[in-house]
Amino acid sequence: MLHNLAQLPRYRGLIQSLVARELKARYRGSVLGFFWSFINPLLLLLVYSFVFSYVMVGSQDRRIVPYPLFMFCGILPWTWFASSLNESAGVLISGGNLIKKVLFPAEVLPIVTVLANMIHFLFGLVVLAGFLIYYQRPLHASELAVFPLVVLVQLILTTAFALLLSALTVHFRDIRDILSNLLTFWFFATPIIYPYFLFPENAWQGKLLKLNPFSHLAITYQEILFFEGPVGHLKWLLLLAAIAVVFFLFCYFVFDRLRDTFAEEV
Amino acid sequence: MEAIEVSRVSKIYRRFSHRKQFATLKSALLSRSLIKNLRPDETFTALNDISLTVPKGRTLGVIGRNGSGKSTLLKLVAGITKPSSGTVKVNGRISALIELGAGFHPEISGRENVFINGIMLGLSKREVTERFDDIVEFAEMRDFIDAPVKTYSSGMYMRLGFAVAIHVDPEILLVDEVLAVGDEGFTHKCLDKFAEFKRRGKTILLVTHSLGMVERFCDEALWLDAGRIKGSGDPKRIVGAYVTDVERREEQELAATDAKARDGANAVIVSPDEPASAVLPDNPVETGSAEGDMFRAAEGRWGSREIEITHVDFIGADAQPGHVFHSGERLDVKIRMRAPLPVDDFVVGIGIFNADGTCCYGTNTYIEELAPESISGDSEATFTIESLDLVEGTYKVDVAIHKIDGYPYDYHRLLHTFRVKSRVKDVGIYRPRHSWRFSGDVKFKDVPRS
Repeated sequence: MLHNLAQLPRYRGLIQSLVARELKARYRGSVLGFFWSFINPLLLLLVYSFVFSYVMVGSQDRRIVPYPLFMFCGILPWTWFASSLNESAGVLISGGNLIKKVLFPAEVLPIVTVLANMIHFLFGLVVLAGFLIYYQRPLHASELAVFPLVVLVQLILTTAFALLLSALTVHFRDIRDILSNLLTFWFFATPIIYPYFLFPENAWQGKLLKLNPFSHLAITYQEILFFEGPVGHLKWLLLLAAIAVVFFLFCYFVFDRLRDTFAEEV
Repeated sequence: MEAIEVSRVSKIYRRFSHRKQFATLKSALLSRSLIKNLRPDETFTALNDISLTVPKGRTLGVIGRNGSGKSTLLKLVAGITKPSSGTVKVNGRISALIELGAGFHPEISGRENVFINGIMLGLSKREVTERFDDIVEFAEMRDFIDAPVKTYSSGMYMRLGFAVAIHVDPEILLVDEVLAVGDEGFTHKCLDKFAEFKRRGKTILLVTHSLGMVERFCDEALWLDAGRIKGSGDPKRIVGAYVTDVERREEQELAATDAKARDGANAVIVSPDEPASAVLPDNPVETGSAEGDMFRAAEGRWGSREIEITHVDFIGADAQPGHVFHSGERLDVKIRMRAPLPVDDFVVGIGIFNADGTCCYGTNTYIEELAPESISGDSEATFTIESLDLVEGTYKVDVAIHKIDGYPYDYHRLLHTFRVKSRVKDVGIYRPRHSWRFSGDVKFKDVPRS
């Protein structure tokens, strides 16, 4: 397993060109082409702004105003996470031709999926930056320094899930069907459309939020980009980083154990 | 040095029938067969204890029937699948031409796909850049290289895939029946490329059904049958043995279909009292005018059985009954008949039809002015063809015994089948004894025939 893991950097060039291909192929044939990477998050933001400003006008905490911006801080990383998982569940099956007919390192496929979605996330950040300027939200350099760390932790965590799901889906195709529902549940169990302080910490909802790894990512993003004051969630993020690394190794181990069965099962 | 070493390798595919397991979980619990059901229902041994070595620079051709394990062997050597037991050792960079253009993305251009495919096959970006022009040149794709791959014809797709794979510059090339990728010209180019590989001392493992290629091109041949090595060594000898085996199987198959056709026909027995025309709406009695119907009529058997054809055998040059013969050999058609009561009006006839239903030859004793006198009891007629001058193909035979006016005693319509084999793939129906002669300055290269 460690031997195979050490081989991964050798596939740098391959991963790079496959990610580029993925991005190119996605918008090939559309008029606006690459601009969709910006327009999509923008439209998403507009939809949510409309819904929560005009349709579901509720009693909103003053701390999360402007609400669309608050939500956008959570939705962008969530979209990266959720689409990566959704896509990687089927990626070995749709890439079956490669696995069956070419000597091809299978883990490249889920990794490419995660990275391609990360690129979209980064484009979304540009849109987010525009809105931060529009709403004149201050950003602090000390807070921004944490940003690469939280992206890295999310990358490790997402890749781990992607490896695990892609490998298991080869044997249990049911995963593809149940996954989107699970992700919807997971979305609402994460403080994205509501703030983490909605529930008291010792209520069962609060405990649930603590157990949810994506909560810590979302809260960190919000603290960096939205809330005033220092990143109080940093120690949680560091704990999550450690867990993510262990979890990644576990998922890679599972993937590696199942590797030989892919060519026969996909 | 050995380029490929395969020792005692077996590959067993397991088949779980998931659906059965889960759909009948309740019944499985009820019948307490859950544990039994969770075991693999079926195992399929694709390769069984195979050992082989290919020394560096040699070309090994693998032949065998469909499902004999050839492709599995190739995949094991390529490292795409792992053996269930045994070891596979490979020394050198491999390029596997198993599926051409696997991993081409339809939406992006040929140019981008060449790069990605090259990188997938183990080249660096710079190496692909260096070889790019050669690849495009080889694939004959200069005008289309910037079009998206989804607009390519399947031939273009394969050519480009082949061009990339061949330019990876492997030390070991694995080829799985991919030469049918283009027109004649492109195939020749591929063969030239293989020859160049050979000259440069590369190792080639070739899986093919083209026996000619194995004979002409390989240093050694390996014959796989049902996952076992049935023979290996000199390509000519192995191909010869394989061809003989294929003929033997075809023989058995033909014998089986023949027997089936006869059994089916025997079910319709016409009682001797009734005139056959009453039973058969398409009255085949009048041979002269019913000729059109004759050719349309499906296989079958009819007649009054006052004289019965009990057995028809094809006897080849080896004096053994069989169904597969070589063009130009002698063929005897032996017809055994039985007439319970003496009959004085009879004609024995035979017709040979090719697969299109074209009558290649037909005759009978009446046409050949043999006036019948009497037949009774068991007897035998032998129709000898001195030289079976037919082109390769499957032929069906009519055998009949009837009255001079056409009233059938026993008519076997297309019930007997034989196959003609030939090394020369000439066309048509009839192959006259022939030869070529040239005068003046005409020369032919001395090339072994494929």
